[in-house]
Amino acid sequence: MTIPRRQVFGEQRFALLILAPAAVVIFGVVLAPLVTTFIYSLKNMELISAERGRFLWFANYAMVLGSPWFWQAFFRTIYFTFVSVALETVLGLLAALLLNTRFTGAGFLRVLVIVPWAIPGIVSASIWKWIYNPEYGVLNAILTRLHIIAEYRAWLSDPFLAMNMVIVADVWKMTPFATIFFLAALQFINRSLYEAATVDGAGVFARFWHITLPYLVPTLSVVVVMRTVEKFKAFDIFYVITRGGPANGTKVLVYEAYLKAFANLQYSISSTLSYLIAIIVLLFTVLYVRSMKRREAGEP
Amino acid sequence: MIQSRGFPAVQYSFAVVLLLFTVAPILWMGVTAVSIHRNVISVPLKIVPPEVTFQRFADIAANPENDIAWAFKIAMGNSLIVSAATTIISLVIGSLASYAFARLRFAFKGGLLYMILFTYMVPSVVVVMPLYLLLSRLGMLNSKPTLILLYLSMALPFVIWVMQSYFGSLSRTYEEAASIEGCNRLQVLWHIYLPMARPGLIATAILSFLIAWDEFFFALVFTSTLAAKTIPVAIAEFSGKHYVDYEMIATGGVIASLPPVLIAIVFQKYIVMGMTSGGIKE
Repeated sequence: MTIPRRQVFGEQRFALLILAPAAVVIFGVVLAPLVTTFIYSLKNMELISAERGRFLWFANYAMVLGSPWFWQAFFRTIYFTFVSVALETVLGLLAALLLNTRFTGAGFLRVLVIVPWAIPGIVSASIWKWIYNPEYGVLNAILTRLHIIAEYRAWLSDPFLAMNMVIVADVWKMTPFATIFFLAALQFINRSLYEAATVDGAGVFARFWHITLPYLVPTLSVVVVMRTVEKFKAFDIFYVITRGGPANGTKVLVYEAYLKAFANLQYSISSTLSYLIAIIVLLFTVLYVRSMKRREAGEP
Repeated sequence: MIQSRGFPAVQYSFAVVLLLFTVAPILWMGVTAVSIHRNVISVPLKIVPPEVTFQRFADIAANPENDIAWAFKIAMGNSLIVSAATTIISLVIGSLASYAFARLRFAFKGGLLYMILFTYMVPSVVVVMPLYLLLSRLGMLNSKPTLILLYLSMALPFVIWVMQSYFGSLSRTYEEAASIEGCNRLQVLWHIYLPMARPGLIATAILSFLIAWDEFFFALVFTSTLAAKTIPVAIAEFSGKHYVDYEMIATGGVIASLPPVLIAIVFQKYIVMGMTSGGIKE
């Protein structure tokens, strides 16, 4: 089909016209500040400095990358991301496999399982903080009553334990996300494959290993990449449950960037740190697009 | 459906564990919300509350004398206005933009689309400082329109990403028929695409609303007065430096959770569709 030149020009003009409102918002609120943050990261922006506004080029980056606190926060973020994504994926997959079978109450459970995901992040984090409360928390009450622990524990006063408790709270809220994804994918799986495999004598595990899992791999990669990006961005849950403590044990990159900007007023350090986070996120976006394409190609 | 005959015992015990893990924290929030302070802080803890009170809910509903409850009520109004406005505006201008991405030819289309996906993934902390410096210079802190604008930047990429793939999947036959009938492009969008894309619109509307209702970081940084403070900030403020009001946190938590939980249960089908087709929502 050949289209007259004039009409193509008209089309382009019309496209720009209807794109404009969204483009203005996205440019103004995200892209322009993204450029400004980059410029801040190249400058001396410290409020008290006499040389404020001078270009330092990549000195801020060298400074941040050479600081032990950066690498500590980086590895904390990696630990939080890796453990919570792994748990959510495995538990989500198990829950989806369970909910995909027929049993009394399965329909009810399928509806119920989405609820933690729908609860606002601030609310679920506050509830878990209350559950973990060292004096009045219900976790201590139940565990002592069941004789699992002898006396009340302060769950959030040890740095490593506190991080793991944050992970539990996060896994509670976000596992439904993985469950929903896997459940949606499982609905499309070809039943006759299972029947054929059963006839051939394949057991439950063999069927899972040779049919279900290969089928779910594209969905699996989308879930893992998407969750990983979200974990890198996690802020609310740390703000509410631990505020980065105890002894900086739960200070992840985003929380560190927030503190550097709004508590320490170290604008250039915070900008540099933010930019390093943005670069990591950009890498994940590329991965995400690739896994999306693979999923589209692989889906029936 | 896969039939796994053979081990119903394993199946049921896992179902019970899943049920308990899902429900227990929510139940505890509900119990705390209707408990009296001295029961909540009793040791050993009474898990079934001996007394029940709905006083805090009543205070929030209609007691201007109680400052904390009254402030929460105002925050509820702010959350509702900001979330509703974000949903409506992002749907209108997002649908326009996604129609352009799905159906029109223009320069740098592919690149622009991926840039939009990237903006969705950028953590708020990366853009917050220039925004803060600019908005405070313009005197635009503590304002609902500011929050709406900020939330639009989060909802729009999502709406565009989902709707352009939805529009793209619709057949072109109706469109061609309509343009032969003399409809212009906006009429085609209004009369053909939007009605056909209703499930997609419902899904994106729900998720946009949830994005705005949930958002905490921008609300924390950009609002400090009752003029624009939203529910998440109000709840976070219940835990002060020296005193944490867990009963109010639970009460506010129940109220804040009701709209999204009801939406999630009623519109589960649409949410799953929106999440898996666009594949983005935290």
